[in-house]
Amino acid sequence: MRRLDHAEAASRFIANEKHEAFHDARLWDLRKKRDRVTHAIPEWEELRQLASDIKEHTLTHLADYLEEFERKALENGAEVHWARDAAEHNQIVYDILSARNTKTLVKSKSMLTEECDMRPFLERRGVEVIETDLGERIQQLDDEPPSHIVVPAVHKLRGDVSAVFARTLGSEAGNEDVNYLAETQRQTTRPYFLSADAGMTGANFAVAETGGFVVCTNEGNADLCASLPKLHIASIGIEKLIPKVEHLGVFIRLLSRSALGSPITQYTSHFRAPRDGAELHVVLVDHGRSGRLGMQDFWYSLKCIRCGACMNTCPVYRRSGGLSYGATYSGPIGVIIDPTFDIRKYSNLPFASTLNGSCTSVCPVKINIHEQIYKWRRIIAERNQLPFVKKATMKAAGKLFGNPTLYRAALSAAGSALEDLPRFAIYNWFNAWGRQREVPQPPPQTFRQWYIENRGQR
Amino acid sequence: MTISRDSILAAVRANCPKAAVPMPRIRTFDHDKSALLDRFRLGFELLGGTFVESAPGLELNVKIAELFPQARIICSAVPEVAGTKRLQDIGHPRELDDVDVAVVRAAFGVAETGSIWLSEKELGVIALGYLAQHLVALLDPSDIVVDLHEAYKDTRFITATYAVLMTGPSATADIEGVLIRGAQGVRSLSLIPVRRATG
Amino acid sequence: MRVGLFIPCYVDAFFPEVGIATLQILERAGIDVVYPLDQTCCGQPMANSGCQAESAPVEKLFVKNFKEFDYIVAPSGSCTHHVRAHFDAIEQTSEVKKVRASIFELVEFLHDVIKLNDFPWAEFPHKVGLHNSCASLRDLRIAVASEINEPPFSKPLNLLKKIKGIEFTAPDRPDECCGFGGTFSVFEEPVSAKMGYDKVNDHTRAGAEYIVSADMSCLMHQKGCAERLGLPIKFIHIAQILNGARE
Repeated sequence: MRRLDHAEAASRFIANEKHEAFHDARLWDLRKKRDRVTHAIPEWEELRQLASDIKEHTLTHLADYLEEFERKALENGAEVHWARDAAEHNQIVYDILSARNTKTLVKSKSMLTEECDMRPFLERRGVEVIETDLGERIQQLDDEPPSHIVVPAVHKLRGDVSAVFARTLGSEAGNEDVNYLAETQRQTTRPYFLSADAGMTGANFAVAETGGFVVCTNEGNADLCASLPKLHIASIGIEKLIPKVEHLGVFIRLLSRSALGSPITQYTSHFRAPRDGAELHVVLVDHGRSGRLGMQDFWYSLKCIRCGACMNTCPVYRRSGGLSYGATYSGPIGVIIDPTFDIRKYSNLPFASTLNGSCTSVCPVKINIHEQIYKWRRIIAERNQLPFVKKATMKAAGKLFGNPTLYRAALSAAGSALEDLPRFAIYNWFNAWGRQREVPQPPPQTFRQWYIENRGQR
Repeated sequence: MTISRDSILAAVRANCPKAAVPMPRIRTFDHDKSALLDRFRLGFELLGGTFVESAPGLELNVKIAELFPQARIICSAVPEVAGTKRLQDIGHPRELDDVDVAVVRAAFGVAETGSIWLSEKELGVIALGYLAQHLVALLDPSDIVVDLHEAYKDTRFITATYAVLMTGPSATADIEGVLIRGAQGVRSLSLIPVRRATG
Repeated sequence: MRVGLFIPCYVDAFFPEVGIATLQILERAGIDVVYPLDQTCCGQPMANSGCQAESAPVEKLFVKNFKEFDYIVAPSGSCTHHVRAHFDAIEQTSEVKKVRASIFELVEFLHDVIKLNDFPWAEFPHKVGLHNSCASLRDLRIAVASEINEPPFSKPLNLLKKIKGIEFTAPDRPDECCGFGGTFSVFEEPVSAKMGYDKVNDHTRAGAEYIVSADMSCLMHQKGCAERLGLPIKFIHIAQILNGARE
């Protein structure tokens, strides 16, 4: 699998000035809203620590909690399936659907189903899948993956959405009124809710104590998916477990404040058992999570509650767009998860970071994201996944900086080189620094030379 | 299929990090039980809810007609409002598609967030809270708890098959961050503080 | 107390005035300070690229140069954080541990260790935008980051507030990374430059005549951006202001 080139994708995103400026401003606005509401809660930092502790406790006792969850869910009348990987997940879902002659499936947002690439799998087998979340629907109709885990079409402007809807839904071409566009999606999706054979959701949290799970939306589309068809399938990553209902108090207080700067989502829905006359199926999915649990430095990434706050605050993400990461999970959380899916393809991602640490500061479950990014760089270097240029440069730099005499010699050579080379040689496109920045002017003396002259050799 | 289950559980056990982190205790954060209705109202209106002032002796049917003069089909899950469509007559939930206004009574409210709690019991048919164009919720002010920690101590979370903390109407800001009320679900959520009938 | 002065490689090569100001301010405070002549670099460029093997000889050399001092002071938050938190490509002998525990960034040293409270020789009658490098802010915690809900404090501001004539301007995004990020500035040049442009434009809009920082690496990058943009905004290291530079 070819290595994904984040820098190249980012440069294309930045070149689209209007889109980049909007994208950056919109997500920074979410970050500011987040700050406002979190600073209004005196116990905010304590809540973060609690959430982190609850998740770490759960993950270090995960097998027991999974068994408790399954036991309770079965008692509730739900069916519980286990999928080791994406392929098994997709097959399980298809088997449930096909056994009931499902023609149409309505679903709410689930990053897990994206991760498993479920939709094409089902569509190839004759199941029509309708994304009901507005952002996901836009992306589905545009045949593009979601770019952000909470606001999937954040990289699009209203004109883009208008064009997609006109092309695929027959709406008025050129009508960019956002109310009109949202109403278009409401009216065209509603018939699917009413006639679909099955509904599918993900889950934000799975509660071991009750065997139930929680889905948070602002649109209420998950509730429509679950309350109309006679079949509700929920795909849940095994890391979504929390022990007790009371723990939801902590997580629900943290989730929407971190994601959107609002105290709670419009709908926080708790599903425990099938409706009368209906079926509820839960698919518990591993797909690399148990593997990650065994990674000493990286298992903390399993605490993630998919709030997207790290993406909103990340200055690199805001300027390069989620699609530049080439993976279901983008931004800081993506950087530390994706190499576990494909270390070669995503070997670039841990370097798409300045290690500024803002992600770590906003993470509601206190994942030490930027420290994990740093550690991933070591793994990538050790596994020989660095690009040749970087590897060679670092080898040379190591030799130079390890030897004072060599270093002094190189310094004087570089200094005079910078003075003597004609401007075009410095600013030609091979010199990445000089492409958009002036190069610092070498001074008449280095500090060391000044020191020897003014303070003497010691 | 049990192979997958056993294999996953075995992998989880084998990879379990050595440090067993203990379960933390959650303390009480907010002891202030004053002005709960006012605090509830703030949060509720912030997320787009419509708070309806009420006075003793308020005639609910009249009020609803006043709020929704165009409404033809009203479906009520509360004894105080008759409505025009009866929940008992519903076969498939999709038959609620034409409901203009639905009326329910919230089991309780949460002051911290302005949320109301509804389960399959309060909704009658769950889809009622989502297919109706507008939702009206009655709430007894003495049924308001301080915060989400207190809310989650309610044992009805354990017994309900479905429970929702609903805060304002359906909404989205997926297109350019422009806030839309009435995305997929109800276009408005109105709240009328009305005491429960005694007995 | 004997202090060893560590001067980052880019300061030695391009901004010796920052090293001079650092040395002089320590001397003004009566500190016995020495600059070991055989120093080169802290090893960050290699380590931040994941290249532990290549970092090892550099770390060894650093420890060799600085093991005899009670304190090591560096006018760089990122170098200080690197030595303190990441110097593990070499065996962790007691010598290595001592060096790692003894390094302080200049502001930390002045504020917390020698508690230098007055700068009567200094005057800086200009509008100044303070830039805290991300390493100084979120790793060394020289101030509370805006994401965190904790009572505000800022060590660099505490020092700068003492300077006669200084005025502070407030950018829109005070804590956002400027985009230098070490080798990021070269390998992710498009994003790095965009971040730098945004940063200097932000400070310019806020009315700053100078951007001051305790990290010259950030300033080097921002200066390069500002000059290419043709912005008049100027750049100065905190050591220079504290040492009495008038401009």
